[in-house]
Amino acid sequence: MEVRDGLYYSKDHEWVRVEGDLAYIGITDYAQHSLGSIVYVEIPETGSTVEQGGVLGVVESVKAASDVYSPVSGTVEEANEALEDNPELINEDPYENHIAVVRMSNKDELELLMDKARYEEFTKGE
Amino acid sequence: MKSSYIPATKKQQEEMLKTIGIKSIDELFSAIPDQLRLKEDLNLPDPLSEHELKKQTQELTNKNYDASRNVCFLGAGIYDHIIPSAVSHITSRQEFYTSYTPYQAEMSQGILQAMFEFQTMIAELTGMDAANASLYDGASALYEAVILACRYNNRNEVVVARSINPEYRKVLASVLRHSGIEIKEIDFYCEGDKSGTVNLESLRKALSDKTSAVVIQSPNFFGIVEDLKATSQMAKEVNALLIAVCDPISLGVFEAPGNLGADIAVGEGQPLGNPMNFGGPLLGFFAVKKPLIRRMPGRIVGETTDSEGKRGFVLTLQAREQHIRREKATSNICTNQAMCALTATVYLSLMGKKGLYEVASQCIDKSVYAYNSLLNTNSVSKVFDAPFFREFVVKPAIHPKKLNDELLKDNIIGGYDLSTDYPELKGCWLVAVTEKRDRAEIDLLADRVKNICQGGV
Amino acid sequence: MRDERLIFEKSVEGRIGYSLPISDVPKVNINSLFDGNLLRENSPEIPEVSEVDVIRHYTKLSQRNFGVDSGFYPLGSCTMKYNPKINEDMASLDGFTQMHPLQGPESSQGCLELLYRMDRYLSEILGMEKVTLQPAAGAQGEMTGLMIIKAYHTSRNDHKRVKIIVPDSSHGTNPASAALVGFEVVHIPSDERGCVDINALKETLDDTVAGLMLTNPNTLGLFEEDILEISRMVHECGGLLYYDGANMNAIMGIARPGDMGFDIAHVNLHKTFSTPHGGGGPGSGPIGVAKELVPFLPVPVVEKQDDCYVLDYDRPLSIGKVKSFYGNFSVIVRAFSYIMTMGPQGLKEASQTAVLNANYIRKKLEDLYEIPYNRTCMHEFVLSAVRQAKNGATALDIAKSLIDRGYHPPTIYFPLIVKEAMMVEPTETESPETLDQFIEAMRELAKLAEEDPESLKKAPRKAHVTRLDEVKAARTPVLRWSK
Repeated sequence: MEVRDGLYYSKDHEWVRVEGDLAYIGITDYAQHSLGSIVYVEIPETGSTVEQGGVLGVVESVKAASDVYSPVSGTVEEANEALEDNPELINEDPYENHIAVVRMSNKDELELLMDKARYEEFTKGE
Repeated sequence: MKSSYIPATKKQQEEMLKTIGIKSIDELFSAIPDQLRLKEDLNLPDPLSEHELKKQTQELTNKNYDASRNVCFLGAGIYDHIIPSAVSHITSRQEFYTSYTPYQAEMSQGILQAMFEFQTMIAELTGMDAANASLYDGASALYEAVILACRYNNRNEVVVARSINPEYRKVLASVLRHSGIEIKEIDFYCEGDKSGTVNLESLRKALSDKTSAVVIQSPNFFGIVEDLKATSQMAKEVNALLIAVCDPISLGVFEAPGNLGADIAVGEGQPLGNPMNFGGPLLGFFAVKKPLIRRMPGRIVGETTDSEGKRGFVLTLQAREQHIRREKATSNICTNQAMCALTATVYLSLMGKKGLYEVASQCIDKSVYAYNSLLNTNSVSKVFDAPFFREFVVKPAIHPKKLNDELLKDNIIGGYDLSTDYPELKGCWLVAVTEKRDRAEIDLLADRVKNICQGGV
Repeated sequence: MRDERLIFEKSVEGRIGYSLPISDVPKVNINSLFDGNLLRENSPEIPEVSEVDVIRHYTKLSQRNFGVDSGFYPLGSCTMKYNPKINEDMASLDGFTQMHPLQGPESSQGCLELLYRMDRYLSEILGMEKVTLQPAAGAQGEMTGLMIIKAYHTSRNDHKRVKIIVPDSSHGTNPASAALVGFEVVHIPSDERGCVDINALKETLDDTVAGLMLTNPNTLGLFEEDILEISRMVHECGGLLYYDGANMNAIMGIARPGDMGFDIAHVNLHKTFSTPHGGGGPGSGPIGVAKELVPFLPVPVVEKQDDCYVLDYDRPLSIGKVKSFYGNFSVIVRAFSYIMTMGPQGLKEASQTAVLNANYIRKKLEDLYEIPYNRTCMHEFVLSAVRQAKNGATALDIAKSLIDRGYHPPTIYFPLIVKEAMMVEPTETESPETLDQFIEAMRELAKLAEEDPESLKKAPRKAHVTRLDEVKAARTPVLRWSK
């Protein structure tokens, strides 16, 4: 299972890549692996606001549907529309295919997330 | 007497107990605390043989006035249409009716393909992009539609025409009671050439940016065809969805709700070859436009290919169903009404495009004939002015309840008394005339109504 | 000849499958009667086929399906017992099928008597005060029961009870129904015996709990031995107990939910009472309630006054209606017919034999398959194919291989708390010979899973299709035929 350097990770298996005030959010390799072939991704509406821990979208496989929780609070700046027609992109490369970009309203929230080492430790226990 | 449905003999059971390593069947139940174990047999009637059961059940049916021995002019949501013989010959094939929900697709291609055909026919009739494989009944299809709409646009008010089947509105009110969804009811015009149709001024006033959906039935409970296009335009102005409750037979003649701006079309499929069965089982159908497809409740069949590339069918879009998503599921529904849906599919195949049109137009011809015949007796008066399909409202000179009691003596099942559901229509009578009725039966009805109302018998 | 076409693809313009009577009333000009934009512009694509085409087409489809009459169907949690033919005959009598639900009690005494008697019989079987036959299926029964729980607490001005407790092994409908009625769902774990973890339950119980939903025997096929303690605890904290009757086939005439302390119980007539599953429905899910909950039952309630049966709508505390009319009447007729032919001894014998059959299979498979909670089971048990899966043949592969051997597979991957779960429920209507053949097949497959797991992966080979691409179906849904 791949875990990348330089990203923040949540307990619900989302990753965050920070570029200034923007948070690129996706699901981890661990998450895509346990879901299996992804058949549909429900992406958020641009301009909507999310709370940390609030539902950002839904990822569906044949036998599971899993909420994607936003690891940070803010406003949805962009949703990755490519996933609507090609949900399998997440299976192919979960870290290059974000689900949404959120303009963070409170960057301190990042401190509650895990780094690579801690996330690796965390997934061992799951 | 031993049940003939339990094959294991005493001797075989003893051998099985030996295999398990216990002495008596009682030991199998030792996990049940002794104080809970029944010490006596249940207080139920002694078993009957098939022969005795038939006799007793016949006696029960003899206490009923059914539509095979009486002429039925009652509708109000359930209709006495002609059912071709071929229908039950298919639905009584054991491979269909004794099978389970098609989870194991490879050994369920028959029912899966039939459900795919059903979905196609419903989508065609309603002019929608997709339909599910059925829900319990029209009323439950309606509450599922309202729940879907409110979740879709995150609003919690629905505007519901009072001219929708009262049975549906009752179910809607009780199921939504704890959902946080508010129902606003809209009256209908009582006068003028639009009388009997939804009051568009009241509708406009009720709409706001809180409105999740507008719910309209056409033909409505009074048989009157509504202007769906006008209501859909109003709904669109506040970005609300339009939920159309429709009748499948009428769609042989009338424009499909999908072509008039409806986002969800639901209704009762019983008229499609299903017997009235004292109101159950029924057949709820549910069809949506493309953006809502993945939010549809219930079982859905999809086309795919097998490992050799051959066409096949599977249950699909299941990830949001209760057995996977539990409390986050789109709906709690588990069973559907597959046999009723199969019935509808076979019925529609037999009728075909032209047959369906013919059924619908005969319903119009015969109900118009009955309406005029009744008015000509001068014993009933006109209530609404708008044109109707299969069913109409009139006001007889005597109370409908009394009229129906008298008609039953002549083996006629009279219309529906609107007094209870609509105080403003006190003493009004809803009469249904399907293609199954003939001129002689309608003439008899008019004749009897005239005699009864004029005091003769 | 193999013909895979859809009915639409067999359509020939101008062909008809049924001749309607010629109308003997004046023809109405539809175009002048109705506003033009109300009328259909393009006719719907309903196929144009002959009666023979229709019969051949659907007969062929039926041959690609598998019913209980075709063979053994050990589908756990679903009680796929034999559907007696007399029940079908009784349900198809004109005196029932041609009854309109709104024609009034005077002209439908036979139907109402049947409904009333079913209420009495099911109340006796469940140990409840009164039964409503309105719910269309088990899940709707659950919804109705939960609405009654809500109404009960509300009537006592107890508004803080927002939680419904369900075990982690419960059916998915339980939490889904609770959510629909606006409850918060709390899951509690099972203990090492596979039963409700009493300590975990204790910790969850407080004055915000509206009720507990429980299947007993539970979905592992085990009787909840602490049921009296559980019901005492829930009642003491002011909650109610709901009985999910999916597994009622284990205890008819042996024990009753009412006596266990349950306040509400549903039964699935299409499981326990032998009515057919119909490829997915219609089912029927009546619920019984304890005395203090009777006022909350849906309207109408069928009552007997002197020698007449009436429909009582005047019930101010009623939750209202959950379904049109009185329930799935023709399904209820079949169940009535079943109870009448079985009698009290017959129903008890059915449960006893169902439990005997399950234990017999369990005993004969326990050496080759892992059985996580291996002790005397009720009418079903859950085995785990973990040993086989390690070798590469999963529960799914074993299930698909059973198809080639002429069996409908057991329920797989449920309950969620058992890995590689296969849930086997033989029912009482299968002969020991059938059970032995099934056991033999399962043993053969265990052996194959060890020696040649790859061969199981290609199953089924003898079905009408090989394994189907579910990912493709869900990614780009094709839900209807188009011209």
